[in-house]
Amino acid sequence: MADTKVLEKKDTGGISFGKKERKLLTDPLDDNNPITVQVLGICSALAVTTGMKNAMVMAIAVVVVCTLANVFTSALRNSIPKQVRMIVQLVIIATLVTIVELTLKAVAFESYKQLSVFIGLIITNCIIMGRLEAFAMANKPYESALDGLGNGIGYGLILLIVAFFREFLGKGEVFGAKIIGATEEFFINTSTSSWLGWYENNNLMVLFPSAMFVIAVLIWAHRAWNPKLVDIS
Amino acid sequence: MVFVLTMTSIVAIILAGMSTVLKPTHEKNEAIYNKKATLGAISDQIEGYKSISDDQVLEIFNNQVEQIVVDNEGNILSKEEVVARGVKGGMAEFIDLKKEKKKADGDRMYPVYVYSNSAGEKFYIVYTRGKGLWDEIWGNIAFEADLNTIAGVSFDHIAETPGLGAEIKDNPAFYNQFKGKKIYGEDGDFRSVYVRKGGAKDDVYEVDGISGATITADGVSTMLEDDLEDYGAYFKTINKG
Repeated sequence: MADTKVLEKKDTGGISFGKKERKLLTDPLDDNNPITVQVLGICSALAVTTGMKNAMVMAIAVVVVCTLANVFTSALRNSIPKQVRMIVQLVIIATLVTIVELTLKAVAFESYKQLSVFIGLIITNCIIMGRLEAFAMANKPYESALDGLGNGIGYGLILLIVAFFREFLGKGEVFGAKIIGATEEFFINTSTSSWLGWYENNNLMVLFPSAMFVIAVLIWAHRAWNPKLVDIS
Repeated sequence: MVFVLTMTSIVAIILAGMSTVLKPTHEKNEAIYNKKATLGAISDQIEGYKSISDDQVLEIFNNQVEQIVVDNEGNILSKEEVVARGVKGGMAEFIDLKKEKKKADGDRMYPVYVYSNSAGEKFYIVYTRGKGLWDEIWGNIAFEADLNTIAGVSFDHIAETPGLGAEIKDNPAFYNQFKGKKIYGEDGDFRSVYVRKGGAKDDVYEVDGISGATITADGVSTMLEDDLEDYGAYFKTINKG
């Protein structure tokens, strides 16, 4: 009996997926969401959410960068000199972002064209820097990877939700597929429909201010749904 | 100190290596993207243009498109002349109109693409470049064989507002209006096509603007007026012959 206990302990110390690990991964999705709870990364959430396709590419890019940056920083955490740790973190992020940008340019050129400036701006995304400073500098690579993955997905999830509302209400499209609008190309053609003739796509939703509205409503909805959050602030 | 130096060197080597390895792919993608935009002006002529593959773009460009470089007097420049004037490669696709417009009138070079469809009809696609609201805009304008009637256009931009100015590229209802418009008056004077705010007042020389995108639309008008006129000399040499 004693032997098995020791073995169990060793297991949880290495690579395993227990309660603690699951919490690392799921916390940023809900209780500690980078956008709706910590209100970080708003700049890019405004900029790239005009369409779901762009939001998707951006979300994937951030997940990749956030996870890898966390792993590298965590692996180097004991050898990084204290005085320059921020600079070192920045170099790690910038390197990864440049790699992502170069890869996108080679693999998905049209997405790269649409996102070009914003991909570079991942470097200034405070979520990533925040995770490196707050988590990766004090934890092992495996846990840091989970934390980075969780935060990246938490960010991407909100991005996709915002993008859905903006694209659908603004252009009547979802992932570029035309759903509702006033011409024949759309699946539901409001100009010929007898009971949807009043509906019109709202151009304001495509503009940046509407992202503010959508995010604000999301934050409110999230808090109304999860009462734990109300006590935090 | 040692840590920082080591890290910087490693990062530099990785990025430099990656950039060098991927450069040919990047250039190829860029070229295909531009060629696809050029063909976008005559998308009616190409079956399934929307889902066209990269290889198909190159195939059409190699087999059905003739690249010509002209100067502002309408003379066709040979490959050697173009190279001598400072454009490597000497083909229309390598000409950067932004750079050309900074040169003196006589030194400028303009790209022309002549597309022949399977029935032998020719379409002349010319390139224009101007300013939108935030940054540059550009367009490929295709003419029918009379070099007066527009067969189609495709616009693009760097940073126009999505949903407003960016509609010049994304909204078929806007760019399809240009089909059938003419740029010369009945007496042969250059008139261009004007993007009219609040709705076109002329069937032949005006198109409807986009509400909320007045400055981008004005940019399109100015771009067409400035740049299409420069091709006039070349158009005349063809119509005579």
